[in-house]
Amino acid sequence: MASRAPFYMLVSLLFLAGIALTLHRHIAFDIPWFPGEQRQTWSIEAKVDFEASGDPVTATLAIPNTQPGFTQLNQQTASPGYGLSFIERKGGNYAEWSIREANGNQSLYYKVDMLVDPFAIPPKQEPLANVKPNVEKEPYASAAQMILDRAIERSSSNYTLARELIHEINNQEQTAELLAQIKSKTIWISQLLQEAGVPARRIHALNLEDGRRRQQLIEYIQVFDGENYEIFNPETGEQGHPENLLLWQYHSGPVLEVVGATNAQVTYSMISQEQPFNIALNQKFADNEWLNFSLYTLPLEEQAIFKGILLIPVGVLIVVLMRILVGIKTSGTFMPVLIAMAFIQTSLWTGLIGFLLIVGVGLMIRSYLSYLNLLLVARISAVIIMVIGMIAIFSIVAYKFGLTEGMKITFFPMIILAWTIERMSILWEEEGAKEVMIQGGGSLLVAILAYLAMNLDWVRHLTFNFMGIQLILMALTLVAGSYTGYRLLELKRFKPLTKLNKS
Amino acid sequence: MNATTEKMSWLQSLRERYARPNTLKNIGVLGMNRRNISYISRYNPRSLFPLVDDKLQTKELALEAGVKVPALIGVIREQHAVKNLAAILEHCSGGFCIKPAHGSGGKGILVITRQSEEGYRKSNGQFATINDLERHVSNILAGLFSLGGRTDAAIIEALIHFDDCFSGFSYEGVPDTRVIVFRGFPVMAMMRLSTAASNGKANLHQGAVGVGLDIGDGHALLAVQFDKPILLHPDTGLNMMTLKMPHWEEVLNLAVSCYEMSGLGYLGTDIVLDRFEGPMLLELNARPGLTIQIANGKGLLPRLQQIEKLSHKKRMSVADRVAYAREHFSEHR
Repeated sequence: MASRAPFYMLVSLLFLAGIALTLHRHIAFDIPWFPGEQRQTWSIEAKVDFEASGDPVTATLAIPNTQPGFTQLNQQTASPGYGLSFIERKGGNYAEWSIREANGNQSLYYKVDMLVDPFAIPPKQEPLANVKPNVEKEPYASAAQMILDRAIERSSSNYTLARELIHEINNQEQTAELLAQIKSKTIWISQLLQEAGVPARRIHALNLEDGRRRQQLIEYIQVFDGENYEIFNPETGEQGHPENLLLWQYHSGPVLEVVGATNAQVTYSMISQEQPFNIALNQKFADNEWLNFSLYTLPLEEQAIFKGILLIPVGVLIVVLMRILVGIKTSGTFMPVLIAMAFIQTSLWTGLIGFLLIVGVGLMIRSYLSYLNLLLVARISAVIIMVIGMIAIFSIVAYKFGLTEGMKITFFPMIILAWTIERMSILWEEEGAKEVMIQGGGSLLVAILAYLAMNLDWVRHLTFNFMGIQLILMALTLVAGSYTGYRLLELKRFKPLTKLNKS
Repeated sequence: MNATTEKMSWLQSLRERYARPNTLKNIGVLGMNRRNISYISRYNPRSLFPLVDDKLQTKELALEAGVKVPALIGVIREQHAVKNLAAILEHCSGGFCIKPAHGSGGKGILVITRQSEEGYRKSNGQFATINDLERHVSNILAGLFSLGGRTDAAIIEALIHFDDCFSGFSYEGVPDTRVIVFRGFPVMAMMRLSTAASNGKANLHQGAVGVGLDIGDGHALLAVQFDKPILLHPDTGLNMMTLKMPHWEEVLNLAVSCYEMSGLGYLGTDIVLDRFEGPMLLELNARPGLTIQIANGKGLLPRLQQIEKLSHKKRMSVADRVAYAREHFSEHR
């Protein structure tokens, strides 16, 4: 006997690869095991208010993009009468409203949905170039220089310098008060860091709390070290990105810029929502074409097609198991899978009734055809035409009676139906009605089982989201293909032997 | 309480209807999966299948190898040649049968016992016209009876004059003997007798009687109909256990020489006994069924494994192998 070792190696390799791929998808892309799992999203609304006085107005609001921890899903605005465009300037994104003439209090709304996503893939951020430091007048210059010198002494890197600088300003209250007379603390911090040759800037972030309204942005300090950056809380010197902190504006530039109006301000309100993960994923992957080997990158229509195609291996495996382990006879090896696919389109009962109706009437007409003594190809062609005719008639009749369900009969694969009728008919002539019932019933049973398996939300979810499942199915099929044990129905068939051997 | 007893009786009836896999294993029953993987795909090279699937090729091969087969009267391969049928039939005075070259399971076989003025007498006593025969031939050519509906050829061969020793055991049809030959050793044999229930056909699942035959001397071991043991013939009431195949040595030799001729390691040979010519090869089967085990009341596996263990089988002659099988696989050792 040839060694089975390579075979089992292959099977276990496929199996392990399948499991590894599946786990990888689960862990690296946060795709849940079960469908219908929810993902948290935040809907944040920015309200821009200003007073217009009949002049042309241009309002530019910085808007957030996908960033570590959050993936931007969709955004919308409400601003009747205003022209709107989303523009990109110096790496930052902005919403720009414009109007020729506006009077009185104006409110513009911008709403964005952000998915809480530990695996968010933000667009690459340009490292901040160092800018030429401002020259301050005395006594502020020397006071600031003193603080900076102390901080430099106690630090070893860009990040530690930032931390020490914040501590220093917080500790030396008198100096800090002096400095605060001309500029805010955060401006001083970023300015001093730049003076020390450390790229840094102020950024504006939003603390996310469910149901909060009229919130303001909080200032943070972003400090770069080569390609990387860290965020510092200017009040505490705390380093790192706090949870539920959404960076709103993290590019050099203002948050809100209004030209042609006065008293401009922006306030934020936010709510947290739960969304089914697949909607979230669809939106997330919609514009990430390079992302992995994922079907979510395909257009929705192709995704739907693949949802069906990736189910076929499940149906095929059911057929394999039913034939090899149970020993059910089916007419046409994989005909049950095709019927099951049709059932998915039509729903089980409509499909079942439609199938029996077509095959039943088809068998009757076919029995007439066999009197005509035709050659085989012509006869099958005639059956195909007949099936198409029946489908058309049933559809029309169903429609006339207001049974729109009946229209779904068109989902059946016609060539397969024709062959089924032909095979059943020959079987009837040769072996009698009983054999037709056995094989037809077997086929339908397997088709229904395949349908039930393929129609499970969980199975659809797994096959569509985890390519590794296909490898596991392959491994199972290979294992089933080398099964040499008894089939379930053979246990019944050979039962007389056990009685004979006992006595 | 009621539910538990119900459950118990359900389990009991399950146990009555289904055998335990282990019990079957102990008896050595060969299952379909094992047959396909361990025997057919291992011992029967795919390239040799056409030899046995096409009865015409089998016949040519048998004639070359000197194996006795029913005489070939004619072959019709094309639709336009169907009109020559009557001319072909004129050459044979007695009975004949028309069969598809690629038929399986006895499908499409038409037996004419006698030609007379009234027409062609079928085995069931009805008469057929030349038109009926021509239609049957064109059905065969169109592939009605062949596997997968391929176009086929019709074979017309001389009728077998079946031996009187079986009269009373078979209803209408010709009894044939199936011998499983494994690597040149006859391992198990069975005779198939048609009954009224099987409509004169020798298909066991249609109600024909299967009689297990002893490899040692060809006497009946067990008779089954619809997988159940029987003692008397359902139509004639004869005691099936009195059945004994004559010319047994010759039957085995014929079966075994089919191994040399076809090269198939796991082979089913169908043999009929002609009153004048003796045992004749009817057809070969590269995928012989498993019912023979039920008819014998024995599993095939122990015998197959015994032969697989033999190391000197290459050097054994046909007679040696037959002798070996008769010695080892007989019920009366």
